[in-house]
Amino acid sequence: MTDPASIFLLAMGLVTSGNPELYGIIWLSLRVSLTAVAISCLIGLPLGAALAVVTFPGRGAVIAVLNAFMGLPPVVVGLVVYLLLSRSGPFGVLGLLYTPTAMIIAQALLVTPLIAALARQSLADLHLEYDELFRSLRLGATDKIAALIWDGRYSLSTVALAGFGRAIAEVGAVIIVGGNIEHVTRVMTTAIALETSKGDLALALALGLILVGLAVAVNVAVLSLNRAAKRLAYA
Amino acid sequence: MRLTSIAATALVALATASTAAHAQDPFIILQSTTSTENSGLFKHILPIFKAKTGIDVRVVAVGTGQALKNGAKGDGDVVLVHTKAAEEKFVADGFGVKRIEVMYNDYVIVGPDSDPAKVAGSKDAVAAMKKIADAKAPFASRGDDSGTHKAELDLWAPAGVDVKAASGDWYRSTGSGMGQTLNTASGMNAYALADRGTWISFKNRGSLKIVVEGDAKLFNQYGVMLVNPAKHPHVKAKEGQAFIDWLVGADGQNAVRSFKIEGEQLFFPNAATGELKKAG
Repeated sequence: MTDPASIFLLAMGLVTSGNPELYGIIWLSLRVSLTAVAISCLIGLPLGAALAVVTFPGRGAVIAVLNAFMGLPPVVVGLVVYLLLSRSGPFGVLGLLYTPTAMIIAQALLVTPLIAALARQSLADLHLEYDELFRSLRLGATDKIAALIWDGRYSLSTVALAGFGRAIAEVGAVIIVGGNIEHVTRVMTTAIALETSKGDLALALALGLILVGLAVAVNVAVLSLNRAAKRLAYA
Repeated sequence: MRLTSIAATALVALATASTAAHAQDPFIILQSTTSTENSGLFKHILPIFKAKTGIDVRVVAVGTGQALKNGAKGDGDVVLVHTKAAEEKFVADGFGVKRIEVMYNDYVIVGPDSDPAKVAGSKDAVAAMKKIADAKAPFASRGDDSGTHKAELDLWAPAGVDVKAASGDWYRSTGSGMGQTLNTASGMNAYALADRGTWISFKNRGSLKIVVEGDAKLFNQYGVMLVNPAKHPHVKAKEGQAFIDWLVGADGQNAVRSFKIEGEQLFFPNAATGELKKAG
């Protein structure tokens, strides 16, 4: 039952069956991870760009910490967010634990350092190129940051995709703060964990295949958007 | 500055959107165990309760130890677990209102077909555990402070086996849920203690089969408690109590009784209003 061909057929069958439960899980996975990445970009891209442009004492240390945080263990982030959102925690009154919002917060925390660190690296290279131009225009830091983000937008879309890849694939954080509640907080990765624990390895693998397909689809969509935008820009 | 305020607005919007979505349907959070979730019991009984009351029951399935801890923190309205001593402590400490017995099933010792410890067919769980230890046959333990883990430790103690000393050798503490532990046992041809419900619905058995069953020591009682609203005022006492009343009443007990996999009944209702204890 766990040979590649039958797994593939099972995955195809699941996708084409129009099973509302599966589509609900897929939709929630996308909603949670895409929202988390959007928030991470809003915070991480300006932060990364600022670190590429502005020099201040201790900047090297900040960059080293940021780079290290790319490897934050999801289970630890999940635990911290759980303790913060627990009814006995500081944000308990919001009642956010075991909701998709809690999962978005956890994934955003996980992905923001990754996006900031990768953005900084990519924009620092661009900044070297633009340095003289910026000097001649006497641009302020805010304008430099905005210009770098805009001109680096294609490589930054890859940075965002890296963040999305980390978010959609992680299970450690969302299973703690979401609780893997059916129809409420069950996403692809936690569903796979559940089916594995039921010993239904074939179904777990088929879901895994669908998850990989989903990641491929999102990547293809972003790359095509990039290409279309470039064509427009140079037409 | 502008970007951070946009981010803050987005977060607030998200938070309100999700709370608004939750306000539509009355729901409670049930902290329960992997054994009940993995067996499929909740999928069977919760829709019946929802149809009757309109209340959605959201299940968080963890080990008994963690379920009680989450309940004590107020992260749940009702707790349904299976370790009597720990449940009574939970109520005595003021975290739960009252413990009510709901149903039982039993544990089984599963092991590989080859049966290196020669325990197959035995009805004496403690003696079987001793033989497994003497043979140094691999044993996969939950190791996660769950109800099943505590039940397993309660068998090792009278067998006079120090599993802590054997950990990493023949005793493998997996620190994971029931299903994961069975996956591990199946992968390394190890013995394991499992609740019958999870075992019957478990699909990746490999060469594992039941080797010991029917000992009174393998009895597994489930109890339900409302998280104390006096301690955590946000607890949905009305809806939570409605669920408990239903579960231990005739309708809930019948729903539990009617849950079968391949014709086999997995849980036996025995609330005070239901039938008497059978095993033991």
